[in-house]
This record gives sequence, C-alpha cells and structure tokens, in this order.
Amino acid sequence: MTVTAVRKDPANLTMTLEAEFDVPPARVWQLWADPRQLERWWGPPTYPATVTAHDLRSGGRVEYHMTGPAGDKPRGYWEVVEADAPHRLVFRDGFANADGTPNTDMPLNDVKVIITELGGGRTRMSIASIFPDAAAMEQVLAMGMEQGLTEAVGQIDAILVERAVGSETRA
Amino acid sequence: MVVSVQIAPPDFDRMFGALADPTRRDIVRRAIDGEEGVAELADHYPMSFAAVQKHVAILERAGLVTKERIGRRKVVRADLEGLRIARRLLDQYEGLWLGRIDRMTALVAPARKEPDR
Repeated sequence: MTVTAVRKDPANLTMTLEAEFDVPPARVWQLWADPRQLERWWGPPTYPATVTAHDLRSGGRVEYHMTGPAGDKPRGYWEVVEADAPHRLVFRDGFANADGTPNTDMPLNDVKVIITELGGGRTRMSIASIFPDAAAMEQVLAMGMEQGLTEAVGQIDAILVERAVGSETRA
Repeated sequence: MVVSVQIAPPDFDRMFGALADPTRRDIVRRAIDGEEGVAELADHYPMSFAAVQKHVAILERAGLVTKERIGRRKVVRADLEGLRIARRLLDQYEGLWLGRIDRMTALVAPARKEPDR
C-alpha cells in the first residue's frame, strides 16, 4: 500500500497527496536527488523524462525534457527554492523553450515535498502542489502528457471512488 | 506542442470558484436529479430566497447549472458536462501524481522486504 491520502482543494487549486514507503527517508530522498532515478518516475511511460542538469540545492536548478511518442520533446525546469536532505524539497516547476530558457507564457507550479520518518524503516512523503490559477493547471495537463494521463486516470478511477485509502497492493 | 483535451475551453477559474462554496455545491447536488425551482431550493437553506437566487446565478454563470422551463415552471438543472470537465481536470492532475508514486514505489521495491504483519 502506498498512497494513503489525497486531498483536492478546488478553491485553492491545491492537491495534497501522502504516500508511504517501506524504506528509510534517505532512500526516498534519492528518488529526487539522483537524476537517473528521477528520470525513471517523473514522466509517464509514454513520455519518459531525461534530466540534463541537476543541482538540487536551495537556489539550484534542474533541467529536463520529456520525449513523446511522436518524438516531441517538451522541456521543463525546476527552480529549487529549498532543499534540505532528506526531509524537505520546495521547487517551482516550469516549462522551458527549446533553448532552455523559461517559457514565460506557460504557467508555474509550486511543489512542496515533505519526507518524514515513520520508524521501522518506513517513510511518509507528502506532496503539495499549488497552481496559480485553474487555467495554469489546465495548460500543464494539456502539455505533452495527455496520453499517459489518460492511462493513469483509467487505472486510478477505482481508487478515487474509494476515497484514498490506497486499496492497491503491490508485490 | 500538444493538443488540449477540452473541446471548448470553459472558464475554469469561474467554475472552481463557484464550487468552492458549500451551499453552492449542495445546490449542484440537488440540481443533478433536479426538478426543483429556485423557490423550492431556497426551502432547504437557512437563507433568503434572494441569497439562494444569487448562488444559483453564480453557478449558472460558471456553466454548472441551467434554468430550464418545464411547462409553467422553471427548474434548476445541473449541467453535467460542465461538472464532468471540472472533475476531470483535478482527477487528471491527481492521476499524474499517482502514476509517479507508483513508479517511485516500483523503484524502491527491490530494497524492500515483505511486511511481516
């Protein structure tokens, strides 16, 4: 069981998600801090991510692109606001132009990650994601991930209905 | 770069703003099986007819309900398409992160023992 809670606050365009892992915080932090690991989960299978720059320190920057089924390569970056290994990561996720500069026409998404030790080698990770407005959220969804998202939505509909007590067990 | 999923872009800010209020969410729920007019709706809430009318107007502008004339009555009906779009938008974003958590779980799994509980 991993996802233990999902809260959606439509009024403030915030989604908070909590998940638990059967590994210590340092291992969960590694998922963010090791660019090769990050590449393996950030993009859906249909839009795998390639991380081209990775400085996960306060004030640092992460750069990546995704590769779509049609060969399209949407680019993105993180501005790292705060990084305090292995417990806290705050960053601003944005879209980039082909030359890597921030695409200021596209919305930013603030993401706050809190990693807490639960004892017994287990870890809770909470992710809060905040959009400046609903149009921004829609734009992010429309960008480059449509197919992967549709797949994911199909898989999770049951979970949504059962309201969040992660009913899926994984071997 | 990529096509949007929506047919005609609805006003999401207005839509979510309208749904942010508990009374309005309740009105939408009633309007789903909706055979009630504004006057009947107003009976359910400890507020004036005018206040309920105002809520309905906000929902109407957000594309979440419509007023339909049935014979001599005007009933408030939920615009299911509008609701579906609002829900889908949030669900999709949630789906994006649930997919990520799944992949994270798979990545850390080899290091993990079967729980003995």
